[in-house]
Amino acid sequence: MKLWKTILTAAALVLANGASALAARTDLVIGITLEPPHLDPTAGAAAAIDEVLYANVFEGLTRIGADGEVLPALAESWTISDDGKVYTFKLHSGVKFHDGSDFDADDVKFSLDRARADNSVNAQKGLFAAIDTVEVVDPATVRITLKNPQSSFLYNIGWGDAVIVAPETADTNKEKPVGTGPFKFQNWAKGSSITLIKSDTYWGAPVSLDKAEFRIVPDAAAAVPALLSGDIQAFPFFPDPESVAQIKDDRRFKVVIGATEGETILSINNKKPPFDRLQVRQAISFALDRKAIIDGASAGLGVPIGSHMSPANKAYVDLTGLYPHNVDKASELLKEAGLENGFKATLKLPPPSYARLGGEIIASQLRDVGIDLQIVPVEWTQWLDQVFTKKDYDLTIVSHTEPNDIDIYSRKDYYFNYDNPTFDKIIADLNHTSDEAKRMTLLGEAQKILADDAVVGFLYELPKVGVWDAMLEGFWENAPIQANDLTKVKWTE
Amino acid sequence: MTAYLLKRLAIALITLVLASMVVFAVLEIIPGDPARLMLGMNASADQVELLRNQMGLNAPLALRYLHWAGGLLSLDFGRSYTYSVPVIDLVRERIVVSLPLALIALALSTIIAIPVGLFSAGRHGRAGDTIAMGAAQLGVAVPNFWFALMLIYLFAVWLRLVPAGGFPGWSAGVWVALKSLVLPAIALALPQAAILARVTRSALIEVLNEDYIRTARAKGLPFRAVLWRHALRNAMIPVLTILGLQFAFLLAGTIIIENVFYLPGLGRLVFQAITQRDLIVVESVVMLLVAAVIAVNLLVDLSYAVVDPRLRSRQ
Repeated sequence: MKLWKTILTAAALVLANGASALAARTDLVIGITLEPPHLDPTAGAAAAIDEVLYANVFEGLTRIGADGEVLPALAESWTISDDGKVYTFKLHSGVKFHDGSDFDADDVKFSLDRARADNSVNAQKGLFAAIDTVEVVDPATVRITLKNPQSSFLYNIGWGDAVIVAPETADTNKEKPVGTGPFKFQNWAKGSSITLIKSDTYWGAPVSLDKAEFRIVPDAAAAVPALLSGDIQAFPFFPDPESVAQIKDDRRFKVVIGATEGETILSINNKKPPFDRLQVRQAISFALDRKAIIDGASAGLGVPIGSHMSPANKAYVDLTGLYPHNVDKASELLKEAGLENGFKATLKLPPPSYARLGGEIIASQLRDVGIDLQIVPVEWTQWLDQVFTKKDYDLTIVSHTEPNDIDIYSRKDYYFNYDNPTFDKIIADLNHTSDEAKRMTLLGEAQKILADDAVVGFLYELPKVGVWDAMLEGFWENAPIQANDLTKVKWTE
Repeated sequence: MTAYLLKRLAIALITLVLASMVVFAVLEIIPGDPARLMLGMNASADQVELLRNQMGLNAPLALRYLHWAGGLLSLDFGRSYTYSVPVIDLVRERIVVSLPLALIALALSTIIAIPVGLFSAGRHGRAGDTIAMGAAQLGVAVPNFWFALMLIYLFAVWLRLVPAGGFPGWSAGVWVALKSLVLPAIALALPQAAILARVTRSALIEVLNEDYIRTARAKGLPFRAVLWRHALRNAMIPVLTILGLQFAFLLAGTIIIENVFYLPGLGRLVFQAITQRDLIVVESVVMLLVAAVIAVNLLVDLSYAVVDPRLRSRQ
């Protein structure tokens, strides 16, 4: 009797395994560290919103692909007038929102007008600043006229903040997002998980997954056991770089180290003495040992940078050799500046580990050249208030994660307090140039100026550490924008 | 008895009002602008101002306090800045995790602690007592997040008996939901049990030195019966006090355990709300917790009367 039971159990197990071998899995649980405050990408800066919804639930006219390239999305194609000011978009037909209503040119006009309206609280309102008018030519054609030519326009409207929403559901997207993407929103158990399911009415190439659950795991120490126990099968932004070595040895998982658009820098208040002097800033750059910082603050995974550009970007120029680690040179420069006895300053550190860990190392490196830093840990809200808004700081460490954001150095009143008309001119020219080769030259010059001026201490590009089940494929390797595009993700057998 | 009850209630009410003022004032003093936080680094100052207006953050402080406190009186806890849903809904979603978790942990802690306390007190000074109290000392000393991780590696990663974390919701089935609360409940209960066992032991030892215990023994009652019937009941008051405090702690102070097990409980709601400067959520939830603590203390006060008849007849 007992023997029979054993045989039956064994047979059942074989059958169960055999059945799963025939059909690949179609469900997936993805770990994320931060819970989105709400689910409307057009109404908040939190990266966690895009991590769940971008390309999955919401789509824009264009979209940004795995390598940061601009791809058509809801717009099938477009033409640009010779003066670079008029964009005519041809829209896909037969597109439906998840509530069953049809998508057409009116929705595009509504969405873009809403995002750039006076009372709009879109976190990236600047993306739409160049738009003069949005006109509906016919239900499948939209004409957008710009105030001045803007070469990054197609890229800008590919951001999560520029996705197309329906007028009927725009106000309820925060709780119940309704988009046109391949997945539709099913459920949000607050504090716990967000579940998306495949949309049967999707206009484009069908996705492989039937169900994707984003589970919120706030504690880095909990991420490893969650993967090992099989509860979570993918962590595209893995929060615990220290554990990467351990997981790499486990053949059940794939570890992919890619690049983000996060330039991690030692920001310097350029108007505050003695940092208003070039020698002092250059001395800081010479005093920094990037390798030690990368090893200590990102488990050796970051890529060094010499200016404000991701090494994964086409326009990247390698300027890391400009200020090699050289304590003598740094001391010499400080002496030239009349600061041979060193000086005291504060270093304000926001909560992320790259800042808190990196800060300790940088403080000790600068102490070697006589700069005595007092470390002040701050909360994000305090950082935004004191450092970013009021510019009440000497030095701080932060990762600028917005893609292609070298223009922040030309912004008036930005927290670097950096003012260089030559640089501003290059950024202005860049905005009006659409010729690719010329753009690359201008971007190269821009990087060079920032490095020469040692505006900030350029440290390293924040790595994207992706960990997922070895049977999964189709995740992004790099993070040109902070998103988890699931459209190509599937289980292999 | 009625006078005692009324006095307790009056004290509870005054405490609530004072707490509401302190909570509101303290949170307003903390720097950080929720509007700037929501809009991030790319938004202009004008836009932040616009959002501040929309969120009602530009009204005078006193007016906002009155508005909020007035709402509390009619059980309206306001709307979350970040989630833009009523705070009470958020609390309702979280309390179904936190309350059962706290109750299970409390039950576990009691079930472990009282027998251990009895055992130790009965063998006061002997090897059994030393071992039990040594273990309790260890239980107090071991950090609970580390203990939680050890439990996860053992029961979730290695044995795969329970999930490593997360909460599937009661709709997934009572058993499935309970399974995900087992490890966090153990991780929470053990340090509490260690404290409670020590308190039970010392309270018992004190009572065992009383004259009436000697009388009970003298009239021929076995030690066991004396311990259970006479000593334990008289040692209950300090034990109940600690239990009341522990319940309040387990309801709200479980943020570390909730993080390690990524449970959507009240502690995490408050923590998240603090980092996002979702002041209205912090204020309202903290007030709810204050109310809960006061209510528990009230219950503990009343339970003294149940275990000790002298307190009943005093008034």
